[in-house]
Amino acid sequence: MRVAGPVAIVLLSVIGLASPSLGQGDGQTIGGQLRVEDDTGERVPVEGVLVTIDGQGEAVSDAEGRWSIAVSEPGTYTVVLDATTLPDAVSLRDSERGALDMLVEAGQSKTALFALTTGDVGAPADEGEGITGRRVAQLTVEGLKQGLYLAMAAIGLSLIFGTTGLVNFAHAELVTWGGLTTFFFNYYGLAGVLGFLAPLPGPFGDGVNLIFAAVFGMISGGLLGYALDRFLFRGMRRDGVSLIAQMVITIGLSILMRYFFLYNFGGNPRFFQDFASQRAMSIGPVEITPKDLAAMAVSIAILLLVGALLQLTRIGKAMRAVADNRDLAESSGIDVERIIGMVWTAGAALAALGGVFFGLDQVRWDFGFRILLLIFAAVVLGGLGTAYGALVGAIVVGLAINLSTLFIDAELKNMVALLVLVTILLVRPQGILGRPERVG
Amino acid sequence: MLLAINWDIIFTQTFSQGFGTQALVFALAAIGLNIHYGYTGLLNFGQVGFMAVGAYGVGMAVFWLDIGFWPGLVLGVVYCLILALILGIPTLRLRADYLAITTIAASETIRLSVRWRGNRERTGAAEGINDFADPFYDLNVFDRIGSRPYRFLFFEYRADDLWVMLIGWSVVGLALLFTWQIMRSPWGRVVKAIREDEDAARALGKNAYSYKLQSLIIGGVIGGIAGMLQAIDKQSVQPDTFNPVITFMIWTVLIIGGAARVWSPVVGAMLFWGLISGLEAFMRELLDTGLGDSLERYLNLNIQNVSQVRFMLFGLALMIVMRYRPQGIFGSREEMALDDR
Repeated sequence: MRVAGPVAIVLLSVIGLASPSLGQGDGQTIGGQLRVEDDTGERVPVEGVLVTIDGQGEAVSDAEGRWSIAVSEPGTYTVVLDATTLPDAVSLRDSERGALDMLVEAGQSKTALFALTTGDVGAPADEGEGITGRRVAQLTVEGLKQGLYLAMAAIGLSLIFGTTGLVNFAHAELVTWGGLTTFFFNYYGLAGVLGFLAPLPGPFGDGVNLIFAAVFGMISGGLLGYALDRFLFRGMRRDGVSLIAQMVITIGLSILMRYFFLYNFGGNPRFFQDFASQRAMSIGPVEITPKDLAAMAVSIAILLLVGALLQLTRIGKAMRAVADNRDLAESSGIDVERIIGMVWTAGAALAALGGVFFGLDQVRWDFGFRILLLIFAAVVLGGLGTAYGALVGAIVVGLAINLSTLFIDAELKNMVALLVLVTILLVRPQGILGRPERVG
Repeated sequence: MLLAINWDIIFTQTFSQGFGTQALVFALAAIGLNIHYGYTGLLNFGQVGFMAVGAYGVGMAVFWLDIGFWPGLVLGVVYCLILALILGIPTLRLRADYLAITTIAASETIRLSVRWRGNRERTGAAEGINDFADPFYDLNVFDRIGSRPYRFLFFEYRADDLWVMLIGWSVVGLALLFTWQIMRSPWGRVVKAIREDEDAARALGKNAYSYKLQSLIIGGVIGGIAGMLQAIDKQSVQPDTFNPVITFMIWTVLIIGGAARVWSPVVGAMLFWGLISGLEAFMRELLDTGLGDSLERYLNLNIQNVSQVRFMLFGLALMIVMRYRPQGIFGSREEMALDDR
């Protein structure tokens, strides 16, 4: 790995924090070799795993499992292994040890050891080249999983756009919000949010099971969505703030929330208390952890429920009517502002639940932002403003990016979503389920 | 309590950063964005992509193509041109918010592809390219007196910074002159007409699509030059420095100053960097005083996370300015009353 001088000039210095006089010394590095014992007891390297040091850089383990990151100056750094980039059969032996604190002295090369272990079957060699039926099946399931989770987040974004015309860049933070609040409920119960409840037993003073925590997280997601609409966006609609100005405001909101999360949650990934280190089980040719299987089942159920509500109930019909044509809906007696408030509430609650599902791997302060463009791709692909379109788009995006790793480097898979996005805009800008109308 | 604060450090940070290399890079990038958004009404959320392409144009010319630093500058401009064409041709016919989503996606695509390990010999992957701008610093007219910085009133710069600033602010001056001239030419009037009412401009026989593409190219090239200056300043190009947050900062700079005004990017950049650096220095100083302990205890504020507070304030400032004064300091409300079309 080529390390030419100090390579530490990352975010911090872009925003001018670091003085321009960053050290020109020989530099120090943190590195290591990721290996795992396969069935025969042989230590095989694990390739393609992302290791990050906040504010310093990242590295991806090479064919020998080696990685190294140069750090700008001596000090203590937190080295984080991105567990989602581990091959499917490989996991951290102790999921708490996905982040290590390392003390580095000047000019030193430190080694960080991450203990890895394999699941039931399969050596990491399986992740290798070639299109096998098994790999296709595995990636299809992975893609379906990611697509379903994405759909949870995308439906809200699409409906908010449909009813208000607003492209909400802060939607990703609603996803993160769901994951983080669930984490806090999971660890501290209600006391985590309401400090005075701490001495109480049971669900109040102590952590609650992840399933209850997820429900609380979803509720707090809905509350946040409602509050944002009621206290921020409703006033702007009333005052006639232009949609573009509102869009820029959601960008400001997104930055505000994201760094608020970082401030309160810290930069390290963390894990839910329950179901943290499940082993994958094999179903036919496919390996999947029970928690992901359950989450997929729940998300399918919820998406069906959302569809039914939209299709059959009065509120759902009103939502679709407002999304279709606001003025017409208003003149036929629908309380548009109330419907918009409900769309925000429901959309944010769904996004929060999506955040919980994404958080089953790990919870990070910015994991919503990392999938923001995937959500956009899903929504545009399906047709901006349509609920079902967002669902279809999300699943297509999930499948496309995962199956693309059959042909291209896994590091590039998110680019596929962006290429899909650009292509669809070129060919069919109204999206798969959108109505052809003038969008220019 | 207030007496314990070292105001000298705070003012030095404020003024040095307000006129420093970061401010000039952002001013130049915002001048490009001003042509896009302010004058033409294009919602470009991928300005950092143009910066990346410009910066990598120089870096790769030295690192991979081995054709030297100066030809690399030309290459950077060419890359920006190509990017603008690739970006503009499919999306400029579409509604404004589609352009926003596409441009942000394109800038992320660029970042992901240059940091891809398969591009290691070309772009240096995640480590980027370092120490390629020596030919630029060889021409430095300021003496490097030891390693001591130059100091004047509240300004403090190293010799190399001064050299970058001399060239950089000159480029900014030229870009301002160019913007001023081009926007009072017939071309500028057409572009502004497109911003106000594209259909009307079309009805008058103007090829709106072509004008928008030209505007995208011009603003993109200016953004690319900003990226080159940043790369030269840091002697390094790194994929992760070109993330979408930078685009949002450039937007903030432009909006503070007021879109569609020639001077506003410069004023906006100076204010943005001056205030944000001064505020951070102030908070750091505050943590050193007797208040530090209680700030740490009750707000959990410490030396490590003080820069995150700065980001929160930046997000909040963007929201407040856009909500209550979308025309910024200099802009006129009528001119920026554009809505989605």
